[in-house]
Amino acid sequence: MSIHPGTAAKHKAPDSQAAANAPKVRRRSPTRVNPALYLFPLPAVAVIAFFLVMPTLQAFQYAITDWNGFSAAFNYVGLDNFIRAFTNDSLFTNALTNNLKFVLLVVIAQTFFSLILALLLTKNSRGSILLRALFFFPTILSSVSVAFIWKFIYDPNFGLANSVLRTVGVDGGAYLGNDAQALYWVAVTQVWFHSGQMMVVYIAGLQAIPRELYEAAEMDGANKWQQFKSITWPFVAPATSIVVAYTTVQSFKAFDLILGIAGNPPKSSLDILSTRIYSTFANSEFGYAAAQSIIFMAMIALVTWLQRRLLRLTPKGE
Amino acid sequence: MLASLSRRAILAIYAVIIIIPLTVVAFGSFKSTQELFAGPFSLPHSLSPDNFAEVVGGQNLGNSFINSAIVTGISVPLTLFLASLAGYAVSRLKGFMSWAIFGFLVLGMAIPAQANMVPLYVLFGRLGLLDSLAGLILANVVSTLPIAVFILGGFMRTLPKELYEASSIDGSGPWKTYSSIALPLSAPSIAAAAIFLFVIHWNELLYPLLFIQSPGNRTLPLALLSFQGEFQTNYPLLFAGVTLASLPVVVAYVFLQRYFVAGITAGASKG
Repeated sequence: MSIHPGTAAKHKAPDSQAAANAPKVRRRSPTRVNPALYLFPLPAVAVIAFFLVMPTLQAFQYAITDWNGFSAAFNYVGLDNFIRAFTNDSLFTNALTNNLKFVLLVVIAQTFFSLILALLLTKNSRGSILLRALFFFPTILSSVSVAFIWKFIYDPNFGLANSVLRTVGVDGGAYLGNDAQALYWVAVTQVWFHSGQMMVVYIAGLQAIPRELYEAAEMDGANKWQQFKSITWPFVAPATSIVVAYTTVQSFKAFDLILGIAGNPPKSSLDILSTRIYSTFANSEFGYAAAQSIIFMAMIALVTWLQRRLLRLTPKGE
Repeated sequence: MLASLSRRAILAIYAVIIIIPLTVVAFGSFKSTQELFAGPFSLPHSLSPDNFAEVVGGQNLGNSFINSAIVTGISVPLTLFLASLAGYAVSRLKGFMSWAIFGFLVLGMAIPAQANMVPLYVLFGRLGLLDSLAGLILANVVSTLPIAVFILGGFMRTLPKELYEASSIDGSGPWKTYSSIALPLSAPSIAAAAIFLFVIHWNELLYPLLFIQSPGNRTLPLALLSFQGEFQTNYPLLFAGVTLASLPVVVAYVFLQRYFVAGITAGASKG
């Protein structure tokens, strides 16, 4: 996933080649860059600079103030907001704990589950293609819609889950009403919502594996599990890094789903960092909300970096 | 034999877990509350549009639908236009400048929307963009421009340089080359990016929640969210709202399914 595919290399190669060949080739310069080309990216650069980069830098400034967003006067309070978040704000540390728990649950469940779906649907039969389309479908819905669908499933009195359980004579649970479990049930919803999308990423990885490898392995008498361990898994390792990284960011930002399923503001057992930042903001604590958002950004960066260090998922022999 | 049987069983169970909730919602949007609770799986007694009439009229969902259509209808092409201009320039410029422009634009992918929402809110306040559809459009464009540049720029780099050179030799300026060569040849990546953006912009919740105050300016996801407070357990009404809000993406998905998968996974594997 290099950000800029081979720019440096691309532009060095012809130069050194030209030098090695003959000076004549060098003199014939390639088509010159038209200066008007610099106007093309200008609107995009201006928009990003003014509405994305500048506000992000400003967030660092707000974060060290006690600004309430309205009054002209405010004080610089140094790192007080950051200290407050970690030592003197149980709402924030609760949201942080919930968020990390939620990310861990969803990443493990979704990676595992989407790989299984992909393995079962690799073949391009008509049935597989149909099921892939079906499993992918929830991804296109809005989080609020998905939240409402699952609110109904989990409704303790009228809900789908409990009415199914009742027909087989089992007492259902309170689901979201049970504070100890609520986060797990939202994790289930998140997995239902996005597994199909990650399944497709895995299928692309699986289909790139040369068939001959399996044939050769079979001739050598390798069983299915051995084939998975020594062929499939090493080959889908890059897809796994993508799935894990994307799922991490996606579940850190499950803001819409939480608000839809739990209401605004969500109760403390379902409060995560993004909903907490929003509540702080809505409470007119602009400086403190900015500090929280910087912690949020740092947290995503840290977890993503840790995964890269720990997983180091590259195909064997590369 | 046993393996293929358990494979089928897993797939069948998951298919049911996807299909059942969706059918219950679609059927439920035609039912009364009593009818829904009596038999969530049964077909509705009648295809009465009462629930839809109520959410469109009484709850102003019709108005939100129009707002969403305006915001999405402008945000998507505008993002694509700016991204394709930038992508084209990046694919034709050389060396450091190309790298620097691309890097600057794409870096924004690492910034989550929550990170700069407070300063953006303040800035929008100063510019008079709060509580306006124009503000939503701008926020949408800004938030998705980085990934759009990544997808389109990445594709345009793979176009053969000879085509550009031939076009310059024919005397075309950069604009002509962009519009008559680069854009048509990039159609597959533009289609993929368009669908990706459509899904994101149509479903966007955070920016409307931040910026919109008056009910007349609500977009669909925001209007739906405000339902939740008012109609805690009036599920048929919630379902009618969900059905209505999902209709455009569902219809597009049925016809353009392949492109959706290409678009959203392009977003996933590159985001």
